[in-house]
Amino acid sequence: MSDQTGSAGVVLKYTVSPDDFTRAGEASSKVKNILKQMGISPDVIRKVSIAMYEGEINMVIHAHGGEITVTITPQEVLMELKDVGPGIEDVEKAMKAGYSTAPEQVRALGFGAGMGLPNMQGCTDEMKVETELGVGTTITMSVHMEDK
Amino acid sequence: MANFYHSVRLDESLCKGCINCIKRCPTQAIRVRNGKAVITSEFCIDCGECIRICQHHAKLPTYDSVDIMKNYKHTVALPAPALYGQFNNLTDVRVVLTALKIMGFDDVFEVSGAAELVSEISRDYVMKHTEHWPIISTACPVIVRLIRVRFPNLITHMLPVLPPVEVAARLARKKAMAETGLPAEDIGILFISPCPAKTTFAKAPLCTDKSEILLGPMKQAALAPEDLSISGRIGIGWGSTGGEAGGLLSDSYLAADGMENVIRVLEDLEDEKFHDLQFIELNACSGGCVGGVLTVENPYIAQAKLKRLHKYEVVARSHLDATPVEKPFWKNRLEYEPVFKLGESLLENINKINLVEELCARFPGLDCGSCGAPTCKALAEDIVRGKASENDCIHILREYLKEIISPFSMLDKDLNQGESDQ
Repeated sequence: MSDQTGSAGVVLKYTVSPDDFTRAGEASSKVKNILKQMGISPDVIRKVSIAMYEGEINMVIHAHGGEITVTITPQEVLMELKDVGPGIEDVEKAMKAGYSTAPEQVRALGFGAGMGLPNMQGCTDEMKVETELGVGTTITMSVHMEDK
Repeated sequence: MANFYHSVRLDESLCKGCINCIKRCPTQAIRVRNGKAVITSEFCIDCGECIRICQHHAKLPTYDSVDIMKNYKHTVALPAPALYGQFNNLTDVRVVLTALKIMGFDDVFEVSGAAELVSEISRDYVMKHTEHWPIISTACPVIVRLIRVRFPNLITHMLPVLPPVEVAARLARKKAMAETGLPAEDIGILFISPCPAKTTFAKAPLCTDKSEILLGPMKQAALAPEDLSISGRIGIGWGSTGGEAGGLLSDSYLAADGMENVIRVLEDLEDEKFHDLQFIELNACSGGCVGGVLTVENPYIAQAKLKRLHKYEVVARSHLDATPVEKPFWKNRLEYEPVFKLGESLLENINKINLVEELCARFPGLDCGSCGAPTCKALAEDIVRGKASENDCIHILREYLKEIISPFSMLDKDLNQGESDQ
């Protein structure tokens, strides 16, 4: 992932509220609109929106919210999703399609299909999951800008 | 910038420069400048919300007057199905169709009949193109224009079929030429439109060449009916929300109307939150076409009337095998027009976005509209685009004036003190 802290970059920060499903997706929506105003390619916009949305929902479902930082540079859109939730017990299992640890009341709402992390990986060019049980999880993802 | 003709115009003498239309516009296309509303052409999608909301009746739709009939040797009226829902005590659509002939039209061709053909073509297309599910309806020109400027990832989902009004116009012209032997220029195809967006479509169609329609406003008449009807339940149903989707005879569809709802659906669709849907019907106006800005009846009452009118009708009267349509598909692809882009290069955009965020932080965040822009963020964007200045914000201006005046007010205090010391 690019280490450039960006002599040229846009840094956006959002707080994700815990357990608030009605607002889940607000941050990814705002980022999507900013990307559209920057004339960024529709494909990059699509990948960032989906990856961020899935990450945001995960933070609401599993981690009681957290902080998202998005950095837009000429090379990439970098997303850092940081929470102080329970952590991921088995990252390898979690990355498998269909596997979900979402509680029953969340599944009743229609979430918890087990596609979040796999979708995030599928949409992004780079992805890193750092987690510690009882401490929290930080997911860092990057979508590269298209070559003109 | 290609093709941004619009059919909403302003009567400046009536415009008070209030904030109603600027707040209501779904694409934030309007600003108040020098006390009058001004529409940014590239952002406008012809939804007509500003016409609806203007209390001073300063916003007006453009259309041709009925006198335009005089320019042609042979005229054909194309009534939109929404027309049938406008009358009281109407039990038979043929009354309306006959009335149109008595009014002076040589012939009538129901748009609802063409709608039934479009339904047949759409059914086939939807079944064949599962890779583009859910498919989005394109009969409402506002939806097409909205997706074009704001939802580039949804362009491949659009139904690339000409809308019923265009199919009707082509069939009507062909029929008229065959029956009268007159050349195309002598035949007037006049569409009775429920909204100004369809006016724009007729004058400046996207994805096809010149349109074959002309336009007239909605009018009333009631007399003895001729058997001119070529449509049934499906066709008449197109006039209200759910009608187009109903014509596909499938269960997995969604029908939404009203600009706010439509935008919500499109945003969710873009985020790929919908699964297992085949078709999405979208209408800019609440209630569907019966809710168009040029209609006179309450859209929900009109919906009820349409239901009553087609309750005992056959499912459809127009069929492709009897009435084939030549080339009903879009000729050209819809191209994404990134009109909301702030700058050209990515670097330029990065700087501009940062500037917008900086400016927004300085504004009070009241979205009061006094600067002429609908929100503080919109003003920040206008400033970055070079179209406005910070002092347009009355709150910033007030702070600035306080700063200028304050040395004088201190002087004022000194003077007073001097006097009281004496």
